[in-house]
Amino acid sequence: MDQISQAVLAILLGVGGMGFYFFASNFLLDRVYAAETQAADRAKKRIRPWLFVAPALLSLTFYLVYPAVDTFRRSLFNARTEEFVGINNYVWAFTNETLREAFRNNILWLLIVPLFSVVFGLAVAVLADKVRYESLAKAFIFMPMAISFVGASVVWRFVYAFVPPGRPQIGILNAIVTSLGGAPKGWFIDVPRPWNSLFLMVVLIWIQAGFAMVLLSAALKAVPEETVEAAKIDGANDVQLFFRIVLPQIRSTVFVVYTTIVIIVLKVFDIVFVMTSGQFGTEVLANRMFREMFRFVNFGRGSTIAVILMVAVVPIMYINIRRFREEELVR
Amino acid sequence: MASVTYDHVYKSYGDTEVIKDLNIEVADQEFLVFVGPSGCGKSTSLRMLAGLEEITSGEIRIGDRVVNNVAPKDRDVAMVFQSYALYPHMTVYDNMAFGLKLRKTPKHIIDQRVREASKSLGIENLLDRRPRQLSGGQRQRVAVGRAIVREPAVFLLDEPLSNLDAKLRVEARSFISKLHQRLGTTFIYVTHDQVEAMTMGTRICVLNAGVLQQIDTPFNLYHNPANIFVGGFIGSPSMNFFDAELTENNGSLRLDTGVFAVNIPASIAEPYKSHAGSKVVVGIRPEDIHDVNYQPPGITPSVIEANVDVVEQMGNEMILYLETGGKTFIARTDPRTDARIGNKLGVAINMDNVHIFDANTEQSLAYEYKKEKMEREGEHAIGGEVPVSSEADTSSE
Repeated sequence: MDQISQAVLAILLGVGGMGFYFFASNFLLDRVYAAETQAADRAKKRIRPWLFVAPALLSLTFYLVYPAVDTFRRSLFNARTEEFVGINNYVWAFTNETLREAFRNNILWLLIVPLFSVVFGLAVAVLADKVRYESLAKAFIFMPMAISFVGASVVWRFVYAFVPPGRPQIGILNAIVTSLGGAPKGWFIDVPRPWNSLFLMVVLIWIQAGFAMVLLSAALKAVPEETVEAAKIDGANDVQLFFRIVLPQIRSTVFVVYTTIVIIVLKVFDIVFVMTSGQFGTEVLANRMFREMFRFVNFGRGSTIAVILMVAVVPIMYINIRRFREEELVR
Repeated sequence: MASVTYDHVYKSYGDTEVIKDLNIEVADQEFLVFVGPSGCGKSTSLRMLAGLEEITSGEIRIGDRVVNNVAPKDRDVAMVFQSYALYPHMTVYDNMAFGLKLRKTPKHIIDQRVREASKSLGIENLLDRRPRQLSGGQRQRVAVGRAIVREPAVFLLDEPLSNLDAKLRVEARSFISKLHQRLGTTFIYVTHDQVEAMTMGTRICVLNAGVLQQIDTPFNLYHNPANIFVGGFIGSPSMNFFDAELTENNGSLRLDTGVFAVNIPASIAEPYKSHAGSKVVVGIRPEDIHDVNYQPPGITPSVIEANVDVVEQMGNEMILYLETGGKTFIARTDPRTDARIGNKLGVAINMDNVHIFDANTEQSLAYEYKKEKMEREGEHAIGGEVPVSSEADTSSE
């Protein structure tokens, strides 16, 4: 009860406080430039937008810019941020065996997950378009999106679960293997690295294909039917129709979906954390960052990995924004 | 180049029949226009020919080949869509070349055809542009160009002018007519606009509710409509209809509408004699109703009096909204007419050109008679003294 009332109070104070701020600051502005001259009018016009943007700017500064800068600062210091070590942490990051493995795995994730998510999502979007119970089919594919990464990982742990031979297999994958006469496998141990990471990637693909499908399906529906009909009369077969008429018309959506998933993949943490905790050669950067930071309490190394991840996202964001601008231009 | 045949074609969506027993023979090099109100099945008829809609039953032939189960790409047809359906991600050049590329036409031939076509359409300076950088008129030309370069046996056009403004539409109309003459290909054209149909078609096929009403030359459609629907659909402003009784009195026929009664002149009475005593619908075109003071020579007038409701001075003619006995009708008269709103006006109906339809079947009573007469004596055997042109048809002397 206490918590609820506190939450309500916080909301009221937050919203009310913002309302008070807007009214008070605007009132103040009008009082300061009370004179009805053109100069006063101009000044008011110039200042007023800033009054409205200021809260957002301030909170962005405190919650985004400051932590980023501070993270970078800590990456140049030792474990407890007491001693300046220069680029030592970065040297460590690019030479350490486990981290190299994490880099390699992240690259594999980046190559495989966005591609397969988009391909599956697109395939489902195209096929569902031709099915009678389209919305039902799409709802099923979309459902994993509603599950948290942790929840999905728990589900998939059961799929991969291993029980020594001779006893009933509770993991569906091993149940299938044993029912076909095979011996049960520990999927993360018995499959050689780095390919055991594929079992983790499947989870993310399972989640992201639904996301890709929803956006691509909407884009597909926006493709004018006449262009498809015109191409049919022009002589295109189904494959040519798809790759030369439909796909080019939805390529900007494909690109957005792809890059969005790339960013999600760069940040992948929960799945690895829950399922293998980075053991058996399945480590990824985000999980390593968490471990350095909070398991080993090495702020220097943790921050270093965070900075590396941040830098890796920048070019993708840059391309995304530039494309967005281009599209705004042609529109 | 090919003829096109619709042979007992039916089309239904579930339980709804949208095309009922369509039978049409389109000769090679003909310009056939499908016209009718929206939902009449004209676009569906065209799309069935293109292969974009399946046929429920019947047969469609292009040349001698039954194309019921032939894919659109193998029918040797090209189509211009209402929305133009240009490929937005391709340049104008690629839009036009796409069909030829798919058919593995040699590069130099593609290039030659695209450049020739774009030159004849006046779009050779736009070849590097994307569709979104073009105006409506330019897009329309590109869509036509894309069809031309394919050199198809049959050209299909689905309301290609309805997205253009009025001025461009008139230009595009004559441009497409010229194109038809130059290419000498069979054209099949769909429109809801009867002016487009009349001005462009060598023959017009009037559809209503999925049923073929009449297929004929523009002249015949105007002068010898087969039924009330065609009479009302062709011509603008449209034909006035009056319920009437056909009576015989001392060997002369008389039409009694309840508000006025007129005699049918002996010169046109022949086909109606056998229908004396029956209920009919009289159709009188606005251009056959004149101010008594300005009636053209050579007509067989029947004068009635009417109240003037609305006057529209067009300069070359006057459109009058008249009323008599609670019945309103429209007249196109000489512009000098001194009709004033609220005044009474004597109007002369040219009885040579009245159309009389059976009130029950809605069919023209004189259709077969006039048709035979025309076949015997040539087109101008009917239609009285009215000038041939439909658009410029005014009542001035």
